[in-house]
Amino acid sequence: MTDIDNAAIDATGLTKQFGGHRVLGPVDLSVRPGEFLTLVGPSGCGKSTLLRLIAGLETASEGSIRIAGRIVTDAPPRARDVAMVFQNYALYPHLTVAQNIAVPLRMRRLSLPQRLPVVGPLLPRSAATLSQINDDVEQTAKSLGIGHLLSRKPAQLSGGQRQRVALGRAIVRKPRVFLLDEPLSNLDAQLRVQMRSELVQLHRRLRVTLIYVTHDQAEAMTMSSRIAVMFAGEILQIGTPEAVYDDPDHLKVASFISNPGLNTLPFIAIANTQLGCQLGAMASASPDCTIAFRPEACATVSSGEQSDLSGRLIFCERFGAEAFAHIAVDYAEHPIIARVEPGNAARMSCDQLVHLSLDVSKLFLFGSDGSRLRHQRRAAA
Amino acid sequence: MTMTSTFDRPVRQYNFGTMSLLVFPATALLLAFLVLPTAVVVVLSFTDYELGMDGLRYIGLSNYSDMLADRVFWQSVRNTALYVALVVPGSIFTALAVALLIERRRALTRFYKVAFFLPVTATLVAMATVWEFILHPSIGLANHLLKVLGVDPVRFLSDPDWAIVSLAVIGIWQSIGFNMVLFLAGLSSIPKEIDEAAALDGAAGGIDRFLIVTWPLLGPTTLFVTITTAINAMRVFESVAVITQGGPNKATEVILYSIYLEAFQYFRTGYASALTVVFLLVTVSLIILQMRVADRKVHY
Repeated sequence: MTDIDNAAIDATGLTKQFGGHRVLGPVDLSVRPGEFLTLVGPSGCGKSTLLRLIAGLETASEGSIRIAGRIVTDAPPRARDVAMVFQNYALYPHLTVAQNIAVPLRMRRLSLPQRLPVVGPLLPRSAATLSQINDDVEQTAKSLGIGHLLSRKPAQLSGGQRQRVALGRAIVRKPRVFLLDEPLSNLDAQLRVQMRSELVQLHRRLRVTLIYVTHDQAEAMTMSSRIAVMFAGEILQIGTPEAVYDDPDHLKVASFISNPGLNTLPFIAIANTQLGCQLGAMASASPDCTIAFRPEACATVSSGEQSDLSGRLIFCERFGAEAFAHIAVDYAEHPIIARVEPGNAARMSCDQLVHLSLDVSKLFLFGSDGSRLRHQRRAAA
Repeated sequence: MTMTSTFDRPVRQYNFGTMSLLVFPATALLLAFLVLPTAVVVVLSFTDYELGMDGLRYIGLSNYSDMLADRVFWQSVRNTALYVALVVPGSIFTALAVALLIERRRALTRFYKVAFFLPVTATLVAMATVWEFILHPSIGLANHLLKVLGVDPVRFLSDPDWAIVSLAVIGIWQSIGFNMVLFLAGLSSIPKEIDEAAALDGAAGGIDRFLIVTWPLLGPTTLFVTITTAINAMRVFESVAVITQGGPNKATEVILYSIYLEAFQYFRTGYASALTVVFLLVTVSLIILQMRVADRKVHY
């Protein structure tokens, strides 16, 4: 494939208002050609609105959008050469699978008179184009494993099959930009995991620019080349999944990209400990800052001497391969969650006193406005 | 615990007495106002009963054979069929066009809905008088407009060729509002996402989107609107009774007007009952057709 087949997307100063209320922006976003970029955030954060602006289903209040260098801010969806998969698939219920997938090709390869019912197929050159369309539809359907369903109606298909039809309809005309709006959220858990890897392979095969919207951090982390974390209409951080996970810019980002959750403590909780002294230089600058760390950044220790935190065990979640201890710690608003060995977890009992030591290199310090305090690592070293 | 037992109680514990008591009101009303009158009409259609006369005689199917031999009956069937054939497409396509235009609008939609719905709420007998003025051959607005356009005036109501068409126009005017509301409801039930998918798939303008999304997905609504409009058009009566009284020269004699004449002018109740039974059979078969087609074709 050549470079023309995939396209960079640049959004600059993009905002969207609904009835005087700003739901998005200003957003600046650059998507590289052929990239798999995920917009992730809680519901209502504006990620779907951003996607719809790029698709041309909404018009921007301010700012501009360029696809492959061409300004498309006010262009209709048809003129943007983008394809989209909707959360509810949005298949045409009265058309068969084959007809559904053929729609984008009919719209592009047939003239308006040729598309008309009854008379259209009789017009000159219709027959050749139609048989070409049929071949392409069949090939696409086969590549998605739905070749045997071509004559079915959407109502006769399972959720996963409908999903594939929606994908087929999107990819059949080889768009330069591929937009997916929470495409897996209506599938059951097992199928969702399977479709994740299929989507990644599909993207690798097609090498189109792909923007994927999800509220599921697992989908964002496992599939994307880069992720953009959105809150309240703004992109708080954009980077590779690893960078966003290991080096979050904002408390909300760290907290959203954490499983099962991010532990937070007011700095004063540990101000007098050894750890507190290590961090002291920094924290004195902002006494109301927050310490945050993920469950894997703390470990249980046997005695209180080496411990940075201690508290009573209130609950232990065991998943088989890993386990999480929920520990009530003074000053902490929520229980601290620590990842522990399943073997150790089995020996723990409720109300038992647990000592934790923290891995200083995996601690984050956030200011009262939620932004990351950066020089922390130097202070810790 | 008690809740579980309440839900688990088998149905047969409700005894027959309770069940009869519960269904009695609905059953009684249905019998009194629907089933019994219909049964009486069916029975009368096999007799020579005349309103106000004592006694009646069973005459078998002779009312029906009279009907088939009656020139006026066939004339009224033809007139009714022509009226339905004009009103149904006229009303449906105008109502659909109006609904599409209103749906695309941002402002004043409520005003337009009310404006188009008003004829439905108006008393047709009064409105028929207004239409009579509009269609008056010399002082009517319609002929004035034709004159402006340089067209010869038309005797809308007294020309046998025009009379039924004029009544059909009134029928269309009267039924657009209701059909528009049904179409608006149908349009609002089309998922917005499918329209958006069509836009992304390359549907450029109104025609494409109408053909690929709106028209097919309105299928159930259109079928329902067609059948109800057809049944209502078959029942045309007020405009005929007020404006033309079946004239000129029986050019607007329709089935319901025939029934009315036979039953309440000539008092031939038995014959009118036979007409009513035939009318009822046609209506019921239309409804059955709707249910059959709706089950098979237009629901996805």
